[in-house]
Amino acid sequence: MLKTPTIGESLRNEGISRREFIKFCATAASLMALPATMIPKIAEALSNTPRQSVIWLSFQECTGCTEALTRAHAPSLENLIFNTISLDYHHTLQAASGTAAEEAREQAMHKHPGEYLLVVDGSIPIGNPGYSTIAGISNQDMFLEVAKQAKAVIAVGTCAAFGGLPKAAPNPTGAVAVQDLLRDKPLVNVPGCPPIPVVISSIVAHYITFGGLPDLDNLKRPLPFFGQNIHDRCYRRPFYERGQFAETFDDEGAKQGWCLYKLGCKGPVTYNACALFKWNDAVSFPIEAGHGCLGCSEPNFWDAGSFYDALSIPLPGAAKAAAYAGIAGTAVGIAAGALNMYKKSTAIQQREVVTVDDLERK
Amino acid sequence: MDNYADFLLWVRGPAFHIALAIFLFGILLRFFEIFSLGRRTEYAEVRGNAFLGGMRTLFTRFLPEKTTLKRILFLVIAGYLFHLGFFITFLFFDPHIVLFKSALGFSWPGLPAPIINIVTLISLLVMIALLIYRLNHPVLRLLSGFQDYLAWTITFLPLLTGYLAFHHMIHPYPLILALHILSVELLMILFPFTKLMHTFTFIIARWTTGARAAQKGVSL
Ligand code: SF4
Ligand code: SF4
Repeated sequence: MLKTPTIGESLRNEGISRREFIKFCATAASLMALPATMIPKIAEALSNTPRQSVIWLSFQECTGCTEALTRAHAPSLENLIFNTISLDYHHTLQAASGTAAEEAREQAMHKHPGEYLLVVDGSIPIGNPGYSTIAGISNQDMFLEVAKQAKAVIAVGTCAAFGGLPKAAPNPTGAVAVQDLLRDKPLVNVPGCPPIPVVISSIVAHYITFGGLPDLDNLKRPLPFFGQNIHDRCYRRPFYERGQFAETFDDEGAKQGWCLYKLGCKGPVTYNACALFKWNDAVSFPIEAGHGCLGCSEPNFWDAGSFYDALSIPLPGAAKAAAYAGIAGTAVGIAAGALNMYKKSTAIQQREVVTVDDLERK
Repeated sequence: MDNYADFLLWVRGPAFHIALAIFLFGILLRFFEIFSLGRRTEYAEVRGNAFLGGMRTLFTRFLPEKTTLKRILFLVIAGYLFHLGFFITFLFFDPHIVLFKSALGFSWPGLPAPIINIVTLISLLVMIALLIYRLNHPVLRLLSGFQDYLAWTITFLPLLTGYLAFHHMIHPYPLILALHILSVELLMILFPFTKLMHTFTFIIARWTTGARAAQKGVSL
């Protein structure tokens, strides 16, 4: 039987130097807020471990997550991480198609039962199995089958983590998140639309090094990356404190780089690492580019009202509620008023007139 | 509702709509009731302008009369501080103004966050002092009923949760923000049916008192 090459071996075959490799380990350690003393441990674990088998399933998604991961600037951590795993099945990236592709998946599952990592992007429709199928297999069936033997599951992107856009009201396909179907398996959610690529690679590195997943928050997001909110890390925060806000996208405030709260920024309620790692090789991130945060790493961000409404504005429907209440209040008020007036007038009519003479007579 | 993000969406959406509906419904109902009762017929000879007298009293009552002032100086000062603080925070904190703008269509400039911060802190401390005063004053304590403590609590909570949210004192932030909004919704729901209605009715009450007296030739 052919021995699976270790990560170290395959990196050397790829012509990646020891120096670059250690640099990757150092970055991974710092990203996960691990002490520098862990770097040799990561390096050792990565170079001596056989490449981790990964099965990547894509369901109701837009391929943005995969795009984000593969379009990262080269040479990058992301490219390195592709060398540390053996991506045994990925709809979009694999060359094989049709039956051959499905065979590859079966093979990977049988070769490493209970050992492979399952990465999922996209939500799973349970409204009708026919809404999304691969090789005639419904998403739900395929997911449950592959998840059964997986060692851990990584839900990549907001669709897999929380349902995402496919779940937006009225949720026509009955889309659910991975965590709604998964029981008794370690799961980590890496939400984001798309998620930050380096987070995915760091989690894989963490998994290979320590054999487990990093600490998670209550939404099962890795704390090292989702522990802080955008607002707390935002360089526009001093403007927020001073009450200096851009009112439109092209006013003086916007040009001065003032806070985008009034233009709908959801940074205060969004936990993600954008403000820290940024995008496009750490060039910028939405708020820096002049657009408020959409809150894409939070559940239901797609149904949380307009992206351009400030956080303090209630969700749509207030005007309707007010109108109904106005009509009901007026109607009941008039009725109560009529009753009062009736009582008052009958009281006046039935009033017995008592004169001083009457009193003296008694 | 298994997480704080959904909780926040619920308080910003359905819960707010319900609270707003009850608030408006209650206020309309109370006003119809009050106005439909009408005023008692005035048989006395007309000796002055009722309207002007009412308007005058509306403003003169903002200051207590001298002897009363001496006796309850603390209550007057604390009362003013709290009311002003509450309304400054309510009306001049930028995120609140955005909300008013979306509802009313117009807006006004806000105050910098550090000022709102201090004003809120003062209001909170003054409210606590007022509660201690109420609990310790022999007469006031006997006069106070459940509704008074309820009114205090539902007014205090929005200030407290707002302060905690502003300083990110409770984690995660969406949770404390949601609690803040929820506390305001509680206030909105109970407002029309408690003494808090005095926010509006004090105008009617003062005007009526002043108008009646003025008509009889007495100026208050
Ligand atoms: S731009 Fe957004 S995240 Fe930044 S300070 Fe303003 S509200 Fe907060
Ligand atoms: S800034 Fe906000 S909306 Fe944009 S990617 Fe980051 S978390 Fe998502």
